[in-house]
Amino acid sequence: MIEALNDGFHVELARDDSVLVMGEDVGRAGGVFRATAGLQERFGADRCVDTPLAEAGILGTAVGLCMAGWRPVTEMQYDAFSYPCLDQLITHVGRYHWRTRGAMEFPIVVRMPYGGGVRAPELHDDSPETYYVHTPGVKVAIPSTPADAKGLLAAAIRDPDPVVLLEPKLIYRNERSEVPEGDYVVPLGKARVAREGDDVTLVAYGAMVPLCERAADALAGEASVEVLDIRTLKPLDEDSLLASASKTGRVVIVQEAPRVAGFGAELAAVLAEKAILDLRGPVLRVTGYDVPYPYWKIEDAYMPSVERIVDAARKLLAF
Amino acid sequence: MAHVAQGEPGLRRVIDEDREVDGLGEQELLELYRSMILLRTYDERSVVYHRQGRIGTYAIFWNHEAMQAGAVHALEDGDWIFPSYRESAIGLLRGMPPATVLHWWRGHPAGWWNPADYNVASICVPIATQVPHAAGLAWGKKLKGERACALVFFGDGATSEGAFHEGANFAGVFQAPLVLFCNNNGWAISTPVGAQTHADALVDKAAGYGIPGVRVDGGDVLAVYEATREAVERARGGGGPTFVEAVSYRAAPHATADDPRAYVDLERVEQEKQNECVGRYERYLRRLGILGDDLEATIRNEALEAMRSGIAEAEAEPDADISLLFDHAYANPPASHAAELAELRRILGGDSG
Repeated sequence: MIEALNDGFHVELARDDSVLVMGEDVGRAGGVFRATAGLQERFGADRCVDTPLAEAGILGTAVGLCMAGWRPVTEMQYDAFSYPCLDQLITHVGRYHWRTRGAMEFPIVVRMPYGGGVRAPELHDDSPETYYVHTPGVKVAIPSTPADAKGLLAAAIRDPDPVVLLEPKLIYRNERSEVPEGDYVVPLGKARVAREGDDVTLVAYGAMVPLCERAADALAGEASVEVLDIRTLKPLDEDSLLASASKTGRVVIVQEAPRVAGFGAELAAVLAEKAILDLRGPVLRVTGYDVPYPYWKIEDAYMPSVERIVDAARKLLAF
Repeated sequence: MAHVAQGEPGLRRVIDEDREVDGLGEQELLELYRSMILLRTYDERSVVYHRQGRIGTYAIFWNHEAMQAGAVHALEDGDWIFPSYRESAIGLLRGMPPATVLHWWRGHPAGWWNPADYNVASICVPIATQVPHAAGLAWGKKLKGERACALVFFGDGATSEGAFHEGANFAGVFQAPLVLFCNNNGWAISTPVGAQTHADALVDKAAGYGIPGVRVDGGDVLAVYEATREAVERARGGGGPTFVEAVSYRAAPHATADDPRAYVDLERVEQEKQNECVGRYERYLRRLGILGDDLEATIRNEALEAMRSGIAEAEAEPDADISLLFDHAYANPPASHAAELAELRRILGGDSG
């Protein structure tokens, strides 16, 4: 996935000379995960900018850069380090286009590695998607495959609205698959059926998608499992969600973020409002818990697992 | 604890020293005066309109006109201004109709303008968060090889915020052509500047960013103008940002909802009112023989007339349609918005669509 993102950056910076990458260690070092490797050498230090260590400053100056005609792509080095930028995101980034009555666009991308399971120190493991999704004026996408990472990055950069792109660091390097060469866009607002099935739908995004596929494998012979990759949390592809719920009548939502008021709750609410007559049982959630993300010796117990997903699916199948 | 503008040592002054500013002829001096009177009239009328229930809560800027006009006159029209709510009417100095600003204080969506029409950013309500915007704009203009600079207004309280620090630091690191203009009126609602910092002066912070700073009498429009012009020249010449601390004293409440009698030094307020910035400048212009009674009356009447027609225009504006709830929340809106608007119209009844 990292190579796909890096490829996507090279394509987008070459395609549009107003695209500017900025963040901590993105230039000389090429990013701590190497997502921006080679950009500074190729496009110069003004197009791939090493900034001071200041997340609110990065996003705040990005607002001004937009006003000066740039399309800034900001990197927050880790999920939990992005929280200082929420001030700018909530008070300005999501509101400024509206404030100008549509006259000015703020095509800012906020991208960050997110999520757990990587044996990292505290506050390198969070899944903050709900904070971003809950902010009006801001779109949110999360890829689960290398091709989608490249395509959603391109869509985010070209979109006229601010887009937060959360990249599942757990599968930065261990999910490998083909990525289209050159110009490649995956439109925002379109979910993807990762696997077709008839009996139960596992709904997920990011690193939970391949986990759900493994759970589907584990249920082989027992049930035909559909895996729906939401891909864009906002705007949500409700049609795909409702179509899958209508087909299988059983839905398990999987998210690694804490359960309470997480994005899974929004998905469950949409199903409750619009799919109630199609459902053969309650919508179940397999999630992280309402606790600080744990120290890594016990993080596996926090993270949704094949066992927990299979257990939920079986409960539904027996309902 | 609070700063005292008059007589305080180390402040740059022009009026009290009876100096003249190079390059300012009679015409320019009168333009500055017109701007101050326009702002003063806007502010005084707004307080009246608020009492009459014609605008909502209003942040008063009485006795800040010297800072606002002096700073803006030092800019070119292509330079960008980033106001806080204390400078809500700053667009008037760039040709914005008074009705637009009145709409803003009337809570009407017509109070938002296109910043690119005036090179005036939207009014920033949360403290100091506009500072990084201004740094970003200035830096972005520099990267594009354009001539424009930016000037950002913020108060003494804003210097305690992280956003001020991050914006100032970015501007220093990237040598952005920016004027960091601090309106130090001594008070953040009820908190005196001495409770914001242990530094002797806010301008001392400039050293920490490796940028020059200057401390001026904020009630002296010519001192403000002169100091800001030097900062702008430095910025345009590639010399990076400058911190301008304009020291004044808040002689009016923070806003129409505030009663400062509980916390301010009322004697000090009276003293400031006696020496408020518009009167100081008028006396200077009269000493120079540039301003007489007739001209003053003409200029004041023009401003009053602009406000009278502005409030009439604002009050004639039809109520905003509820579609404006959704309009422009996104450049590329989600499909759900159209459905939600249709449902809302159905519930509210009528066919206002």
